[in-house]
Amino acid sequence: MGRKIRAAWEFLFGDSARAFGTLSVVLVLCLAVVPAKHHFREWAQYQSQYVRLIRQRGDAATLQRRFQAGLQQTWLPDLAVVDRCSTCHVAMKETSLADVSTQPFRPHPPIPHTLNEFGCVMCHRGQGAATTVEEAHSSTKAWEQPLLPARYVEASCGQCHQNAQAGTPQLNLGRKLLARYGCVGCHTLKTPEGVRVAATDEPPPLTHIAEKTTREWIYAWLKNPQAYSVSATMPDFKLTDADARDISAFLLSQSTPSGSAAALKMAAAAGEAQEGASVYGEAFCASCHAVQNAAGLMVGGDIGPELTRVGSKVKAEWLDEWLRNPKGYAAHTAMPRYRFNEKQLGLLAGFLEAKTDSDLLANVHLDAATKDQVAHGKTLVNERGCASCHEINGINRPDNFAPDLSAVGSRSLSKLVFAAGVAHTLPDYLAAKIRQPRVFGNQLKMPQYGFATAQIDALVTALLAQTERAQTLPAALRVAGPAVSNYQPAGKAGKLMEDMQCFSCHTINGHGGDMAPDLTWEGSAVGRQWLVSFLKNPNTLRPALIRRMPKFNVTDTEIATLADYIMTAYQTPAFEADSMDAASFTAQDRERGRQLFYSKYACQSCHIVDPQNDKGYVGPTLTQVGARLTPAWMFHYLKNPQALRPGTIEPNQHLSDDDARALTAFLADQKKAPVQEAAKK
Amino acid sequence: MIRTSVTLFALALFASCGRQPQIVRVEPKAFGTALVEVSGGKQIAATGTAIDQPLVVQVNDAQGGAVAGALVSFHVSGGAAVDPAEGLTGADGQLSVNVALGGVAGRYQILATTRDKAGKGIELRSEEIALGYQQNLGRQLNDRYCSRCHDSESSAERVSNHDNLKAPPHAFTDGASLNNMSDADLANIITHGGPALNKSAEMPPYGATLQKSEIDALVAFIRAVADPPYRLKGLVYAKN
Repeated sequence: MGRKIRAAWEFLFGDSARAFGTLSVVLVLCLAVVPAKHHFREWAQYQSQYVRLIRQRGDAATLQRRFQAGLQQTWLPDLAVVDRCSTCHVAMKETSLADVSTQPFRPHPPIPHTLNEFGCVMCHRGQGAATTVEEAHSSTKAWEQPLLPARYVEASCGQCHQNAQAGTPQLNLGRKLLARYGCVGCHTLKTPEGVRVAATDEPPPLTHIAEKTTREWIYAWLKNPQAYSVSATMPDFKLTDADARDISAFLLSQSTPSGSAAALKMAAAAGEAQEGASVYGEAFCASCHAVQNAAGLMVGGDIGPELTRVGSKVKAEWLDEWLRNPKGYAAHTAMPRYRFNEKQLGLLAGFLEAKTDSDLLANVHLDAATKDQVAHGKTLVNERGCASCHEINGINRPDNFAPDLSAVGSRSLSKLVFAAGVAHTLPDYLAAKIRQPRVFGNQLKMPQYGFATAQIDALVTALLAQTERAQTLPAALRVAGPAVSNYQPAGKAGKLMEDMQCFSCHTINGHGGDMAPDLTWEGSAVGRQWLVSFLKNPNTLRPALIRRMPKFNVTDTEIATLADYIMTAYQTPAFEADSMDAASFTAQDRERGRQLFYSKYACQSCHIVDPQNDKGYVGPTLTQVGARLTPAWMFHYLKNPQALRPGTIEPNQHLSDDDARALTAFLADQKKAPVQEAAKK
Repeated sequence: MIRTSVTLFALALFASCGRQPQIVRVEPKAFGTALVEVSGGKQIAATGTAIDQPLVVQVNDAQGGAVAGALVSFHVSGGAAVDPAEGLTGADGQLSVNVALGGVAGRYQILATTRDKAGKGIELRSEEIALGYQQNLGRQLNDRYCSRCHDSESSAERVSNHDNLKAPPHAFTDGASLNNMSDADLANIITHGGPALNKSAEMPPYGATLQKSEIDALVAFIRAVADPPYRLKGLVYAKN
């Protein structure tokens, strides 16, 4: 053995020439390691593949000139981005390769940003600095951030954009759901600016619940909210029978009188159901409340609760009092005070009370509550965080009841406990947690929602937008959400508008709902006479809409107060409402306007002026627009609709002043009596 | 003693290694002669997301009757997924599967296969459409500005204006007509209105209402949903 080694040693290093030769060979081999490693690099393989690919194409010369061999890097110090993705994804800016379908050679599809501005990882996540596919795309031991799956990519837009954008429907939906389904009741969720996301639903206060409903209904509701109302936003807390029994006992025991003395109950005579339905229809209850029809479809709006089985829920005395004055029971309700007369009240209450479901409470039999049950119910209400959403006597709203989600999109996987069968990625964890929280443990407090897959995807997208990176981005990149306005009109008119809950549907000065037109500049738009008659008897302006302005039965004095206020306070600074006089228009102007209306601009495609011949069904009916709108408003609106009503779909047709004036002359002349609505129905 | 424990250890090792993940093979209980699509084809969704309605296929016999218990397997490429990838038809001869689209915009061909008694494969190709950012933006704009007239379907929430117009607007899926128009023509008619291309003034100009990027997005959406599909014209390059 030893001899053999000695012989080999002699052979290699026996004399100086042999030693020199051997060392030279070793040195050459050492030096060859680097070019060999370079040659076999993953990205170099891709680059040579790309060179072979573009050689066959018509614009090979251009493509070859633009191709840069070697490692490529985008460095954006402001955003903390170091991306080497374009080393393999060489053709990202080559739009002429649109037909190439093999990765990594596809050009990037069009987006509103350039790659030089933001790099890649801002949107796609992953490891920008990595130079192998595995490390760049997947989560490795050293680096935890894998690529964001395509289905959630809108989350990245949400890091800067707090506003709802047309290009990110999924993110917008997710954010809406987070605010509407009580998520932000228990979880703290802050925008990168540190503003806490507020809930948009109105969970009813439970402080006077004994007046409203029975313990049996509360029990059935707690056990399964969706059995009462398919569209209920209240989730299932998976309560045991005993827990639901005790919570219902406690909720009744804490209830105090609302202070509104029960009024006389008008008995609705049998056979009046049909009339009751017509009160429901005339008051346009369906604009806010939905009822499930025989086919199982929801008919109506979602501002108020579903009323399919309301008769099984509410007490007759409460309903009567509620319809008279909703604010007497719940100070912050979106429900207007309708000023129904006694007959209407009786009919409507009777109609609603008849909407019962005999199955709902059939199997609920509760014995009188014991003290222990009430005490246990109170403990449960505290434990389950009921007061996070509902106002309950004697229980304060808990702070930080559930984990803070403000940076949940950056949560480290090592801090998460995965349930069996859930893939080890953050999006999968979030989706599983929302889909079925209890697979993570029976003791979990998070309730069970009935979200569909698309809704869960949207929620996960909105949560993944909440990253640490979003909090450290330069302020200049942040696009704030809509400004929160607390606008409240003052004085008598302000009181009336609060009473009628105008802001449930209309927006004024940035405050209010989006179901009905923005009234910020209504004083410049409409004539006072029309406004008065409309408030007295709101007839529809848009026959295609099923949501309508209700009739509030207001008195003439109240109408005068409202009209005066609207005409004075809601004026646009853009022009004077009386700056154009209808009397100055000549018959020639009107005729030219008619021709423009019917031929050059084909306005009849969307609007009706002549009910006999025009069929346009998109915009408001213009048969009496001359009595409704001021000429100055019509003129300026025609010139630039979006300037006066941001977001309106009426196209800006770039009208000349002459054309706009002629059209105004024609429209100002349209003062016919209202179209026979009855005939249309 | 040692030998026993070594044997036991080896046995335990063998047992633990021997548990392969079990692949459950579904065996067909019946065979049909035809495979047809019932519903769920040509749906539109954003890239990477699951399409709304399931894809439903039906296996029929030679007389056109539904065949229950026939095995149908699905294949789709490009990162899309069908769940379940194979299954037996129900009592109504139908099998419904959920489809999640891949991360790249375009059309995804779903190949459904069943076998007849002789073992011969019967194939059915269905197609779903994935929208990238730009097409998806176009879809939102279409819902807001265009579909009132261009979509002839009415719903309770939105009554179509299609039939109220003298020159009936093209549905955006009408590839037979719209594929013949260039991108520039489409953008032109949206920007300047129908008269720009000697068409009806009932199509108003949107150039001062929408941004150029939004008009491009609408064109991209129209191209994405065209039926028959829109193909890029111009130089034909060698396949990569």
